[in-house]
Amino acid sequence: MMTGAEMITAASSLAASAEPLAHGAGGHGEAGPWWVMLIPFVPFLCAAMVGVLAVFAIRSKLPAWLTVAGCLTSFTLVVLAFMGWDGHGVISVTAFRWFDFDWGDTVGTSFMADFGFRFDGLSLLWMLFVSGLSSAIALYASEYMDHDVGVDYCRFFGAFCLFVFSMSCLVMADNMLLLFLGWEGVGLCSYLLIGYFYRRPAAVAAAKKAFIVNRIGDLGLLLGTLFTFTTFGTIEFEPLFAMIQANETGTGAALSESWQVWGIPLLLCGGAFGKSAQLFFYVWLPDAMEGPTPVSALIHAATMVTAGVYLVARMMPLFLADPDLIALTVVAWSGTITALWAATIAMAQYDIKRIMGYSTVSQLGYMFAGLGFLASTGGVFHVFTHAFFKATLFLACGAVMHGFAGQLDMRKLSGLWGVPGFKIVTIAMLIGCLNLSGFPFTAGFFSKDMILAEAFVTPDSVIWGSSAAGWVLLFTAGLTAYYTFRVFFRVFVGPTIYEPGDELHGDDDHGHDDHAHDHGNGHGDAHGSHGGFHPHAPRWAINTVLTVLTIGSLLATGLYFINRDEHGWTGKMVHASSANVGELPWAHHDDHGEDHGLAPVGVNAIQTVAFQHDDHADDHSGDHAHDDEHGHAHGDDHGHGHAALPAGLAAHADAEAGKILGDQDPHKVMYYISGVVGLVSIGIAFFFHFMGRTECSAPKMDAISRAIRPVSTWAERKWLVDEFYGFIIVTPLRMISHIFHWIDKGLVDIGLVDNAGRLPRVVAGAVRPTQNGLLQGYATRMIGGVVVVLLIVVLILY
Amino acid sequence: MIDTALIVGQSGFPDPMGGLTLSHYLFVSAAMMAIGLIGFMSRRNLIIMFLCTELMFQGAGIALIAFSRYHLNYDGQTFVIFVLTIAAAEAAMALALVVLLFRRRESLSSEEWSELKG
Repeated sequence: MMTGAEMITAASSLAASAEPLAHGAGGHGEAGPWWVMLIPFVPFLCAAMVGVLAVFAIRSKLPAWLTVAGCLTSFTLVVLAFMGWDGHGVISVTAFRWFDFDWGDTVGTSFMADFGFRFDGLSLLWMLFVSGLSSAIALYASEYMDHDVGVDYCRFFGAFCLFVFSMSCLVMADNMLLLFLGWEGVGLCSYLLIGYFYRRPAAVAAAKKAFIVNRIGDLGLLLGTLFTFTTFGTIEFEPLFAMIQANETGTGAALSESWQVWGIPLLLCGGAFGKSAQLFFYVWLPDAMEGPTPVSALIHAATMVTAGVYLVARMMPLFLADPDLIALTVVAWSGTITALWAATIAMAQYDIKRIMGYSTVSQLGYMFAGLGFLASTGGVFHVFTHAFFKATLFLACGAVMHGFAGQLDMRKLSGLWGVPGFKIVTIAMLIGCLNLSGFPFTAGFFSKDMILAEAFVTPDSVIWGSSAAGWVLLFTAGLTAYYTFRVFFRVFVGPTIYEPGDELHGDDDHGHDDHAHDHGNGHGDAHGSHGGFHPHAPRWAINTVLTVLTIGSLLATGLYFINRDEHGWTGKMVHASSANVGELPWAHHDDHGEDHGLAPVGVNAIQTVAFQHDDHADDHSGDHAHDDEHGHAHGDDHGHGHAALPAGLAAHADAEAGKILGDQDPHKVMYYISGVVGLVSIGIAFFFHFMGRTECSAPKMDAISRAIRPVSTWAERKWLVDEFYGFIIVTPLRMISHIFHWIDKGLVDIGLVDNAGRLPRVVAGAVRPTQNGLLQGYATRMIGGVVVVLLIVVLILY
Repeated sequence: MIDTALIVGQSGFPDPMGGLTLSHYLFVSAAMMAIGLIGFMSRRNLIIMFLCTELMFQGAGIALIAFSRYHLNYDGQTFVIFVLTIAAAEAAMALALVVLLFRRRESLSSEEWSELKG
């Protein structure tokens, strides 16, 4: 902490230099101050230092403090950069030129990528919560991991720092290659941290699963990047977006008519769905809960899994360039389906951390749906609020797990409010649950509402079946509220009954439980007797972090009310980035009665650049753009009186808003509808899991699940998706590998290698008896040789 | 002397050689070679074997001198003089080796030395 405080002091002296950064509206990549590049590199340096500590097997909490200090430094610098940011420009800083190849003069023969960082609204927003949450969670982990102090502690925090570095690279990248580096880096750190308890086979299997499933998706990202390069001749965002805005490819052909306009976004979707656990790829995320809980909170709930959302938001111009919006429709629907699917599984689970894992998958589905409905603000706002409340929920679960020796089964925990020292945890959990279930006036309520309302507003002709998806999402919101409060009502309130898990670890400096603990196997002997077990209450680090995050997730509500004109603070940030979808042709009148009151939301750097290509744009989308009634009266002397609608939106410029909600403001209507849905679902959970409950189990719900036995068992076993994948993918692969194994064994190993080794031996065996070691023998053969030569000479040559 | 030599050279082997022809010399040479060879192969005593090699050596030398004389070309004889010189040196070396080998095993049998047996 001290180090962190010092860092803040040191950094605040830099604030003076923060003032002049990024001035000039719509500047194209203002050169930012040099210290922006410290944001990723400080955690990297920390990772290296923690590595050195690991070499010396330091037995102290030093690695944790280093990590906290590094993340806090990063966070401070992000805040400084945010304060120095002008609100709509782009800050870019290049650390060094990374790749620079030139092998011709046609498109796609000059490859350039900088190790360059780029701050616009989107990446600033992302970095704010990434670095902020990682500082908080590092502090939490310092206590949570304290039974592993030593090399394992170093290993944990080393990977943690490396993760923060990779995530910063991913978010701050100014080209797709650096983004890819960060993307793979977070994947690696995720793998390392899921497999942290590498002596537990389940953890190792989960780590492998996460890694392999992610690789499949990453292939899509890699191919998308490659095709972007071959199509546009560049992978740097600034020129790339300018070309997309001008609707041209690297050769000058019309982008909206090429196959790449839907092909590349679909490939990118593959990467995004893999990382963000959508659709077919979600299976890795619930299993990833095998990792330590701080990791689940930071990586698998708040930050890394939102990288897919970030990718889609970042590449939004490309998604919008498609006149049919194919990729966005895919994004919207896969998000919707995943949200519903994961919520149904979460309803039947008993492991509270798993439930949170499935709810993460489900909420990520909401975010994608938001992006798909062209509500990038809603999607991104949900990312932001979700990061806080889901981290809170996980950390509260982690505190339970820490205190009850790894117990996570809700059938064995009840009424933790009554356990001494668990008050803060319970309150944090309550706030988190309220947020997650969309309880009125929580942050989660507003962010989810934005997505839901936008689903109904977006015309079906633009995104196929968007209002149907809206109903599905609304239903899912109900399920979410139910399963969230199912956890809360069973575990945190009601009669106080508990049973410890099987990971008893004595804390020497704690003194609450006096069980001997063998660090070696991590699984102490299980003993179910309550007599000797005292749950150990979280201490200051965990409590502080829980308090901070709880307050943070409450304050996130306020962001909705800042900048109401632009859909809140998030809206402002998103509008100042490539995720800006611009003024939608069917945009509704919002509640303050201003007609198209949104000032030209699209005045970001990219569009400004694009205006230089106005002539081009007119050829393709000018017709629609001109009679767009929301002509932007931006008093700039850039000479652009109309919004340059992306090709995809221009094609739908005359679409009507969805009418499902009548003429009311859909956001207002949605407040009531989703509020009621949330409250009713909480009420159902209250009835089944709280009212009259005197034991750990909930008899009323158990009776219902017995009545629908096949379905409830099926859902509890996760709809058997893992088994299905095992049957269609893993088993055939295993069989093929066995066949190849036999071929390798029989043909290559025995047939070629072994025989090649045997040949000289056989020959030698035949020849060896001639070597009798006697002088006369050698002489005889020598003479024999001479005779043969003579015979040849005499008989053949003459 | 020179005249007779010329005459002799042109008419096969002359009388001064006692009516001997090239074939006789070559026969002696081959006989020495064969005796040496048989001796080398049949005996196990290192010194005897060494002597047998000397015998073969000299047999070859005789053949060289005979051809040299037959063709009236003295290169062969010159060559044999050198061979003899070297043979003397080699004999000294070989005998020294034999002595050393004998010291090792207290025996002169060549069967004592069969480490190359496969």
